[in-house]
Amino acid sequence: MSVVVVGAGPAGVRAVERLVEAGIRPVWIEESPDGGGRVFQKPPPGFSRDAKALYGADAARAQAIHDTVARLRAQVDWRPGTLVWNLRPGPRLLNTQGPDGTTQEVPYERVILCTGAMDRALPIPGWTKPGVTGLGAAQIALKAQGLAIGRRVALCGTGPLLLLLAWQLTKAGAPPALVLESAGWGQTLRAAPGLAWNPVGALRGLAWRAALRRKGVRIHAGALPLRVEGADSAQALLWRDAKGAEHRTEVDGVAIGYGLKPETQLADLAGVPFAFDTLQRLWLPERDRAGRTAVPGVYLAGDGASIGGSVVAELAGTRAALAVIEDAGQPVDPLETDMIHRRLWLEARFRAALERAFPYPAAHAAAMPDETLLCRCEAITAGDLRATDAPEVNRGKAFTRIGMGRCQGRVCGPAGAEVLAAARGCAVQDVGRLRGQMPVKPVVMA
Amino acid sequence: MTPVRLVDQARPEIGFSVDGQAVTARQGDTLLAAILAAGLGRVRNSEFGDGPRAGFCWMGACQDCWLVIEGLGARRACSTLVEAGMKVIRR
Amino acid sequence: MSARDDRRAQAKPSTGGLNRVPITADVLIIGGGGAGVSAALHLAKRGTRVVLLERGLIGGQASGVNHGGVRQQGRHPAEIPLAIRSRRLWSNIQELCGSDVEFDPCGHLKLARNAEQEADLLRWNEMAKGYGLETTMLGRNAIRAQHPYFGESVIAGSLLAEDGSANPRLLAPALARMARAAGATLLEHHKVESIEPGFRVLANGQEFTAPILLNTAGFWGGEVAARFGEPVPVESLNPNMLVTEPLPYFCSVNVGVVGGDVYLRQIPRGNVILGGGRGESDPALPRSRPLPDPGFLAMRKAIEIIPRLEGALIIRSWTGIDGGMPDALPVMGWSHTTPGLLHAFGFSGHGFMLGPAVGEILSELVLDGRTDVPLEAFDIARFNRQDGVEPDVWKTRLE
Repeated sequence: MSVVVVGAGPAGVRAVERLVEAGIRPVWIEESPDGGGRVFQKPPPGFSRDAKALYGADAARAQAIHDTVARLRAQVDWRPGTLVWNLRPGPRLLNTQGPDGTTQEVPYERVILCTGAMDRALPIPGWTKPGVTGLGAAQIALKAQGLAIGRRVALCGTGPLLLLLAWQLTKAGAPPALVLESAGWGQTLRAAPGLAWNPVGALRGLAWRAALRRKGVRIHAGALPLRVEGADSAQALLWRDAKGAEHRTEVDGVAIGYGLKPETQLADLAGVPFAFDTLQRLWLPERDRAGRTAVPGVYLAGDGASIGGSVVAELAGTRAALAVIEDAGQPVDPLETDMIHRRLWLEARFRAALERAFPYPAAHAAAMPDETLLCRCEAITAGDLRATDAPEVNRGKAFTRIGMGRCQGRVCGPAGAEVLAAARGCAVQDVGRLRGQMPVKPVVMA
Repeated sequence: MTPVRLVDQARPEIGFSVDGQAVTARQGDTLLAAILAAGLGRVRNSEFGDGPRAGFCWMGACQDCWLVIEGLGARRACSTLVEAGMKVIRR
Repeated sequence: MSARDDRRAQAKPSTGGLNRVPITADVLIIGGGGAGVSAALHLAKRGTRVVLLERGLIGGQASGVNHGGVRQQGRHPAEIPLAIRSRRLWSNIQELCGSDVEFDPCGHLKLARNAEQEADLLRWNEMAKGYGLETTMLGRNAIRAQHPYFGESVIAGSLLAEDGSANPRLLAPALARMARAAGATLLEHHKVESIEPGFRVLANGQEFTAPILLNTAGFWGGEVAARFGEPVPVESLNPNMLVTEPLPYFCSVNVGVVGGDVYLRQIPRGNVILGGGRGESDPALPRSRPLPDPGFLAMRKAIEIIPRLEGALIIRSWTGIDGGMPDALPVMGWSHTTPGLLHAFGFSGHGFMLGPAVGEILSELVLDGRTDVPLEAFDIARFNRQDGVEPDVWKTRLE
């Protein structure tokens, strides 16, 4: 049986591990040079910090993932540095581009898509200037390159990543100059009972807050970024506090990220049906709890299907592999699948509470000023989108070119939907979702 | 907006060039990190006249840091490690 | 509560069953592409009560997802009078559309890559002269001097200077706005479920009636014709289109080649839009998707004629569903079986430019009983001839 696993983050690693245990030798395709995913991204050779310094409380899990990748590579058809840029569900083919630029067609009988996630952006005027990055980007700069994105850095976001990054920067000797948390204390407190579904996770958040306070890093709850100022790079951030007062803080680095967004492009090309998730406020590919989709041979796992974090990704990766094994007619242990389902259920409760505590600031996105370059690739403004009579996002794209650039709308898509829905006076799900075509990322013409 | 190196300052230096200008990077730097840490301020200009760009996501998703390496063609600065002698052309 | 893909963003709330009160009109139009929408506009302007039914969104298929060529060059002689009339109309397209549809009369340059193709160009130019179309032949030296970006494989080119291009994503929706403003009723997400003579059409749970029915349903026009005993050999035609990242602007003309295996243009923003070959589709859904292999072939063909494209990034692709006829000519004119039924479909990959004028001509046929463009070659009965379709030296190719 030809099985392909796309992605070598926590979901992909655990999926491949279980497939190999069942005697299957999958093709394992990863876009970056090594496994670990973004969450457990390894610095390139030459860096010396150990797992504890890089991944903190998750060091043991990160180490285990890296060790598993190292062990599995020889037992599978390992293809690092390789982009999957198209998926054809009819003939069951993937199109790839390898590190040397050569393209290939890879057949599959079953494919597990573990495509991971990226920062969920909140476009504001000036966000295209050098010095402005995603929040996850600023963490990767620190983790994989040992860098702070500037001398005086503002972090704007919500939820665990915001606190974690503030703490990691502080520990590395570069405490952020400004931390803006979009969620108000009220929101966080109301969600507190739900957060108890994962006491360890919830306590970790409290510990970061306490540690930051001790180091003199203040977190402004209910605060939002308004505008990045500066000629050719970020020089100051205009922001608004919970009471509505506006402030201007001189910074040369601004990291903006409001949760994560699954990379669902391949699931879309596969023809997997999507449904709107009111909690994450995103269109997500539909799958059962084992990761099966309505499309024969296509399975989903990890943050690429729905944001759940790395613990969920590991469980979902294992479960999807078990589904593949099961569907191929081999026995699986029902006790193990039951146990995974129970743990996934618990994690889902915690995740739901997190989403309620730290929601995407949709109203702020919807109200972005007309001059905001909503679409970075094509340099199209929110005002351009509002000026159309487009009833849904694909029409908005057709009329304005928003989402037509190199990133194919993966950066501006969710915020653009908020802008359009507000302009039409309808719910965000009623403006639909951007549909993709190949290539999911740029491919070299040759 | 020049990034600050916080750790592993002692990595070996490697030389490459950006638009003909000699630049020093550290072993293990991505092109994005090296170009910005060298104080060059941008990896490309927007084609639409709205100014310089220096990427956004640092993880190969936003596609905002494409540049050209002589002999290799178009590459994402965030996903490409610097190699000695590389000749980078910004667009 | 959750929304799902199959719940159309724009679908009208269901009336909970069949609406027994029919909506009446003078003319019903099935298909909201360029031709249908333009017919609605021109009919409404002359006081006709029009209802247009579109299964998806206005301009969602062939009219909206083509290459955007506004081209007389290279057309079959039978299509030239229609193309000339269309081009005249394009001179006022902004007025007709009420907004900018990025029409750029930048010229269409058709290239020859060998002597045989060069002879082909000369032969067409000679023929077209009879219709009053002026072309400029560029030999090897002239084409090199004027277009230094062409590679060695290009040996000659024929320029039709008044041809050009426009943005296909904008045209049909813009015409639709004007049609609505003129009083036409255009209903999206109204897939036709049944058609009875008379005509009585059922769509989205609502019945519509009118004495005149325009069949501008593109590929699906074949189903409408078959319903009235006039089946035609229409196939789903899916032009495979690719777009590069924005490149420094170098190429101001539309570029085609004899043989039609690649065609491209660069928009002022810098992106090069190139097509060639076909994608795949399932018209029943409807869904279409571009394919990698024809894309790679088109890339290689494009690099052959413009070497600097090598190494550029392809950022996007698309295709759509058009009706392709075996002789690559549309079906256009009155039905032979059913009074009041008027066809205009099967534009075979080159109908974008014709759409606005086709709509105007349809309105003339309905209201005046005549038009000044010869339509005999487009007669639906041509497929009934015993000997089938004759070999045709001018048969146009997808471009």
